[in-house]
Formats: sequence, structure tokens, C-alpha cells
Amino acid sequence: MSAAPQKTKAGAEKIDVTVSAVVPLNELVTRFEFRRTDGRPFPPFSAGAHTVVEMNDDGRTRLNPYSLMSDPADTSTYAISVRRDDQGRGGSLYLHTHVGVGDRLTLSYPVNLFPLDLRGRKHVFLAGGIGITPFMAMIAHLDRMGGAWELHYACRSKALGTYAEDLMQAHPTRAHVYYDDQNQRIALEDLLDGQPLGTHVYVCGPKGMIDWVHTTAAAHGWPDENVHSEEFLAPQPGTPFEVYLSRSDITIQVGESESLLEAIERCGVDAPFLCRGGACGQCETDVVEAEGTFEHRDHWLDDDEHASGKKIMPCVSRFDGKKLVLDR
Amino acid sequence: MSRFQFPESIRSRPIYGTLEPRPGKAHLMIADVEGAEALLDLAALDADLVRRAHIIYIPKGTGETHIETLRALGPAQLHVAPSFEASVQRIRRVLSDAHMGLQIYLAGTEGLMGRSQAEAMQAGIPHSAIQTEHRGSVARRVQCVHCKGITEDVLTDPFVCAHCGLNLFVRDHYSRRLAAFQGVCIDAEDPGNVPEPVELYK
Repeated sequence: MSAAPQKTKAGAEKIDVTVSAVVPLNELVTRFEFRRTDGRPFPPFSAGAHTVVEMNDDGRTRLNPYSLMSDPADTSTYAISVRRDDQGRGGSLYLHTHVGVGDRLTLSYPVNLFPLDLRGRKHVFLAGGIGITPFMAMIAHLDRMGGAWELHYACRSKALGTYAEDLMQAHPTRAHVYYDDQNQRIALEDLLDGQPLGTHVYVCGPKGMIDWVHTTAAAHGWPDENVHSEEFLAPQPGTPFEVYLSRSDITIQVGESESLLEAIERCGVDAPFLCRGGACGQCETDVVEAEGTFEHRDHWLDDDEHASGKKIMPCVSRFDGKKLVLDR
Repeated sequence: MSRFQFPESIRSRPIYGTLEPRPGKAHLMIADVEGAEALLDLAALDADLVRRAHIIYIPKGTGETHIETLRALGPAQLHVAPSFEASVQRIRRVLSDAHMGLQIYLAGTEGLMGRSQAEAMQAGIPHSAIQTEHRGSVARRVQCVHCKGITEDVLTDPFVCAHCGLNLFVRDHYSRRLAAFQGVCIDAEDPGNVPEPVELYK
């Protein structure tokens, strides 16, 4: 028998927290700080980790992943910075409009899909917009270790440059900020040129930026192993569809604004998950039968697997067609 | 026998590929003996790449056979060394001056590729990003797990440790850090009961 407690529910273990501070940073981004409701210290996390925030929005459970951006060495507080997405499905909007100091929420234990490779001799961080958040924790970690790093942070404008001023003030030689509205751009090719052997580059931002960094680094002869990226996808709304879950023997309806995973959970089936953003691979599900087209949106399955029609990631991907049977 | 297909083995045993041109800012090629033929094949695929390369070549006892053909490829630098030990200072210097975007191509015996790879890993390059192609002898570099001494060019199994004299069974268990296979005493329980040595891969 294993010594570890057996998990009865899907997802990571959970922590009850109380909101200890709500700090608006600019028009779009607000920082939420949490303490444990039971007063104990938080489990330590490794820089780059995220937590899944569970919100009870009028009976509907919302589960959104956010990078932990507080100092990993501080076990009294966890903090996330949330960009309000007015066009999104409402999780970030709910946090911005409904959550205040003293409110109780549930967080998952931290899960790290974007860790620092501590074998690296030097770490180059490339952030786009709200993609700055994991790097806040990484910078705190490397500063304590005396590690070599530099940050190149592209944001829309001075007004929307979350933490940009703080970073430039604290690290005048290491933090570089580029404002889109002033036509400043990260000179990626120059930046990759001449980095010492053993340098790792990390990118967090929009998909276009991530692809740009992977492609440019590969063309410069950087090994894949030295290029790290993280992009959380939010499930996109789509046409409602019907799914038969063969193991549970039920037929469920997936609504327009919910994900397949959320529909499975709503119908009482305990499906595995961790990141809920198409990155971790935990919710990978076998397709038993399908007549129609898949709308694959994850980063987990490769192109061949997407084309095979044998697997689906229900956290972000959808289906359009007559019939879908999943092994769940 | 210049190309040898190693039989499938445990996960620890290194697997070698075929050198292919890769984009990069600088190209370091290290080869011994018949490994030169792999560089000639690479040049046939991309002559320009080899013209930009720094080649370190260790002919060992084979004399001048491949030196002139390598020189004819017109590499940016061609350094001929009598042994790996004699070239290791140069390899380290090249790696310490190098930047990201350096591609490494290793060709020849397992000992040469393993030791070069260990130097490159020390410099910060992941082993999986280093290209290798086996050519020539199937002799192995083996570490005695008892005395920790390393015997080069082991051709038979079992063999006698060059350092402590134990009879060693050659395992496929490999250390990337040491660039050596592990040799374990074969007659510990019944000293002197040693099977007849057989040539590796015969």
C-alpha cells in the first residue's frame, strides 16, 4: 500500500483561502492576495507554478488557472494577478466584480507546468502583457539564488504595463520594457545572438509571440530543450453538442458557453484535470466513436493525434457533428 | 565494418544516429578514425556547413588516410590531434568561447563520442541536442565499479580491469557523466570461475 493518501476526487488537492488584499494595478489588471483560512502556512511552490481558483458564481462552479506571482519563499501569502477579459466566459470578470477582502475561495495546490530549468547558466524571460505573472515569481527566486537572468517585457502602453515600472526600478539593468504604442519591439534575433552556452529562454504571452520565439530560436540553432513556453487557453464558446460517455453510460449536452470538461463535471462524472487550459495533458480522453469534426485547441496532443480523431482534451476542445462517444 | 547496427538493449545504452545538417551560428565537429567518413557524408549533404565548421580529428593509429580528404572539404579550422586527451584542452576552450546556437557533431568510436558529449554537457548543452554517428570500432570505455578505474578500448567480455585486475563482466549500463559502461566482477562468489572471454558483438 502506498503511503500517500489516495485521492478520491479529480484535480489537485485543495486549500481554503480568505482574500487578504485586492489591489487594482491598472484599468485591466488587479492583484488578489490570499491567506489560508485555517491560519497555517501555504505549501511552498516552485516559481512558474499555477493554481486553479474555484469560484461559486451563483451556483455555477468556475475553475480558472492563474500563475502564482508572489515570492515563492513567502508561505504566508499566495498572490495572482488577473486581467479582466470582458469578452471571456466570465471567470476573470467575476473575480474583478464580485470578490473582495474577507471573501472565501478555494485554491488548488500549486501545479508547475512552466518550471525554471535550474541547470541553466542564464535565464532569459520574454513576457507579453499579462504573461509577466510567472516571471514575477521566477525573478524573486533567482534573485535570492543569485542566478543570472534578464527580462524583456512587451506591453501595450505605459498605462497597461502591469508591474513594468516596479520591475525597471528594482532591476534597472536586467528588466527591459517595450511599449507597443511607442512602436518599441523586442529585438529577438539580436537578443538570441551571443547568449552564453547553457542559456534558457522562457516565453509567456499570446500564441503568436510563443510561436515566434520557438521558430526564431530553432532557426538560430537553439535546442528545443532550452526554449520553454506557457500559454493558458480559456475554453472558447461554440455550438452546443451532444456526447455519450460510454463508461458512465450517460448522454450529456454541452452548452454554448461551457467547456466539454465542465459539462462532464456538471453531470456528476468525476473526470481528471489539472490545468484546465490545454497544457498539462491530465484530462486526455479516448474517443470511442465520432461522426463529425473536432475543434482541437490544446497544446498537448501533437498534429498526428489531432488528425487521428482518437483523442480529445475536453478542457478546451469541442466537437461539431452528429455523434461523439467518449471513453469516460 | 565501418557502420555497425547495435542490437536493442536497455534504456541506459546510448543510441547513435546519422549526422544531419542543422541550422546554427557555429559548428563544432569532433571525429576519430573512421568517424571522418561520417563528416564526408555530412559534407555531401551540405558542403557549405562543413566549410564553416571547426573540425577536431583524432586519427589514432590510422595515419594520414583521412586527413587530406578532410582538409579538402575546406573547413574553417581543422585540428589534428594524436589523442582525445591531447585535444581536450582545445575542446574546452572552444566550448568556453562558444555561444548559444553552437551545433555539435560527433562521429567515430563510442569512447570519443561519449567523452566529447560529457564535455559539451558540462558546458551547458543538453545531451539530446548533440548529434552522434557511430563509425569504426565497437570497443568500449568501461569503468570498474569496484576500483573506479577506467579501461579504454575494451573488446572482450569478460575482461581484466587494467587497474585492479578483477575479472569484469561488461554491462550495457552506461554513465553519460563518466562516458563509460559499467564493469562488474564476474567471479566474486566463486573466484577463478571465469567464462571464456568472447569478442563484443561477435
